[in-house]
This record gives sequence, C-alpha cells and structure tokens, in this order.
Amino acid sequence: MPRDFNRIVLGLAVFLALVLTPVWTNLFRSVPPLQDPEIATRNIPGKDKCVLPSVEMKVTHMNLLNQWRDSVVRNDQRDYATADGRHFDMSLSRTCMNCHTDKAKFCDRCHNALAVNPYCWDCHVEPLVQPASMGTEVR
Amino acid sequence: MMDRRDFMKYAGLSGLSLASIPLLKKLSAAELPQGSSHATKQLAMVVNLRKCLELDNCTKCIEACNQTHNIPLIDNPDDNIRWIWKERFDRAFEDQEHEHLTESIRWSPLVVMCNHCENPPCVRVCPTQATWKREKDGIVMMDWHRCIGCRYCMAACPYGSRSFNWRDPRQHLAKIQPDYPTRTKGVVEKCTFCDERLSRGQLPSCVEACSEKALTFGDLSDHKSEVRELLSSAYTIRRKPSLGTGPQVYYIV
Repeated sequence: MPRDFNRIVLGLAVFLALVLTPVWTNLFRSVPPLQDPEIATRNIPGKDKCVLPSVEMKVTHMNLLNQWRDSVVRNDQRDYATADGRHFDMSLSRTCMNCHTDKAKFCDRCHNALAVNPYCWDCHVEPLVQPASMGTEVR
Repeated sequence: MMDRRDFMKYAGLSGLSLASIPLLKKLSAAELPQGSSHATKQLAMVVNLRKCLELDNCTKCIEACNQTHNIPLIDNPDDNIRWIWKERFDRAFEDQEHEHLTESIRWSPLVVMCNHCENPPCVRVCPTQATWKREKDGIVMMDWHRCIGCRYCMAACPYGSRSFNWRDPRQHLAKIQPDYPTRTKGVVEKCTFCDERLSRGQLPSCVEACSEKALTFGDLSDHKSEVRELLSSAYTIRRKPSLGTGPQVYYIV
C-alpha cells in the first residue's frame, strides 16, 4: 500500500466526478424526442408531386440543390428531368419556391429544429409571403 | 546486398509508380488534340458611339442593368458596384487620347463594361475558379458561390470592370428583383453578358433597353452575324488592346 493511498483515491474520485459532470447530469435528464416540425406547402392542383419523393427530398434536398447550382452556374444546363419523365427548370426561386412559397413555414421550421443554418437566402431572394387565401396545406 | 530499409524504400517506390499509371494515362489523354469540328463561339458587343452620344445623359442601359441584376446604388465611389457604367474617353482609351479629338468624343462619358476578354487575366489569377471563360460562348463567367473575395481578379483586370461588395448590397437596394439573386458582402461581381437571359433566348438587358440601337450583341464566330457585319463595315477601336487581353467590346467612333 503506497503512502497517501486514500488521499490519492479520493482525489481521483473527485477529479473524475468533476470531469464527467456533463455525463452524469445528462443521465438523469429526460430529453423529449425531436418532433417532426410541421411544414407548410402551397397546394397547386396538378403540381402535387415534388421533383423527388418527399422521403428522399427530406434527406437529400441539399445535395440536389448543390447539383442544380453547379449544373446551372457552371454548365448552363437548366433542365432537370425526373425519373418519371417530368421536366423542371433548375431554379430555387423559380421552381422550388413556387410550391413551397413560405420560406418561414417550410425551410426555416426544419432548419431551426435541426439547428442548421444554410446561407442560400443571403443572396437568393425569398418570395413574398402569399396571403392566407392562397390556401396552405400542412403536410 | 540490400538491407531491410532499402528494400522497403524500393518496394514503396515501385508501388507508387504502379499507382500512378492511371493518372499518367489520363494526363496523356488530355494532351490529345481536341476535335476542332466546332468553332468555339465568342460573344461580343459593338458599341456605336455615334448613335450612343446622340442622346445627352442617357443612362437607360445602365438603369436596365442595375434593375435586372439587383445592383445596389452606393454614392461613395470607393464602394460603388458597377457592371456597365460611363467613363470619359481619356480614362477608357488612355492610349488613344489626344488633344484634338472631337469635342463630343473627348468630353462625353462613354459606356464601358466587362470586355469578356479572349485571354482574361482575371481568370488566370482566381484561386478558386470562381471566374472562368465559358468554352461554348466565351463569356467570362462568375460563380458567386465560390468567390472568396480575395480581389486578385480586381487587381488583374486592366479595365476596372470588377466591383467588390464592401457593404451589404441589400441595404442599398430600393427594390429587389426576385428572379435574380443579390450578392453578399465580401464577393466580387461584374457583367456576365446577361448569361441568365441568354439561356432563355433573350438579349442582354442593356442591349434591349437602348432606344438608339447603339448596342449590338452577337457571335463573332458566325460571319453572318450582325456584329461581324458592323465590324467589317465600320472602323472600330477596343480598350487597351496592346495588353494582349483580346477585349470583346468594340467601339465605333
């Protein structure tokens, strides 16, 4: 048994307790699971399908937007053909925001919930929010 | 006798050289002459100063451009953003000025813009390829997503055609045109010959706005184009041609 064994063990215990404060304080805290934020989309008859299925869009829209950006700016290719043969003009403000008119209720709700901060709108101009009579559909 | 250390060295080197075979193949393929069946297009602008100077103080082309591209109006000349603007002859054509020029040419401000050079110095210095010469039509393009605001291109451009956003441009825009993005602070911008309008089959907005038809826009590689006809029928000058940049804005004086 080394000299000061008890003191050393006590000191180590205090040290570990302090260092691991974030762990043991969070052990006993219940964090509510992240709710899917409610996002609103304008319902346009005949245009009820997005360029990709919404499950895919939720996960990969940022990649798609990057592809669109590179295609338009660097290659001047503006036509996007979907797998089922529909064609779209690759444009955030002219195409996406036609249906998803309300940036605050569509883009921001999700981005805020997930604490991501994309800088699209530093340059691109968000559409003016349509009056309620346009009819918004919550999905 | 080879020792263990040397053996490892040689094994590593030969492994590396094997790995470089595909790279070498790629490089050698790039050296092959490209099929020259398509003449590369070169878009160009002809400014007829005789027509342009007929209207005193006309700024229709400039206003149209400012509106189309959300260009902020900042009074301070240091922070100014300009894609197409007016410059006096002795500043636009420094090397061709003399004291016996006609009064109108000598003292009237003339429209100038990015020259979409054949050999653009701004493109050579850009460290992020945020500006490049488009192969299909010769436009010197800008990608504001990539610009890091180093301003090398501004130092390289002999025409002062590039502006830097020292301030947030949205603070200085009376009306924002929603179809075209604004820029942010810290980005360089310039005329792109209205690439977004061209791809929708429209003419550049300055050309469209000119009531005197003083601006003519077209393809130089097409010998029947309007610009080629103008260039072959009238004497034209370019800005600082001796620098070897090959400016593609021509002036009928």
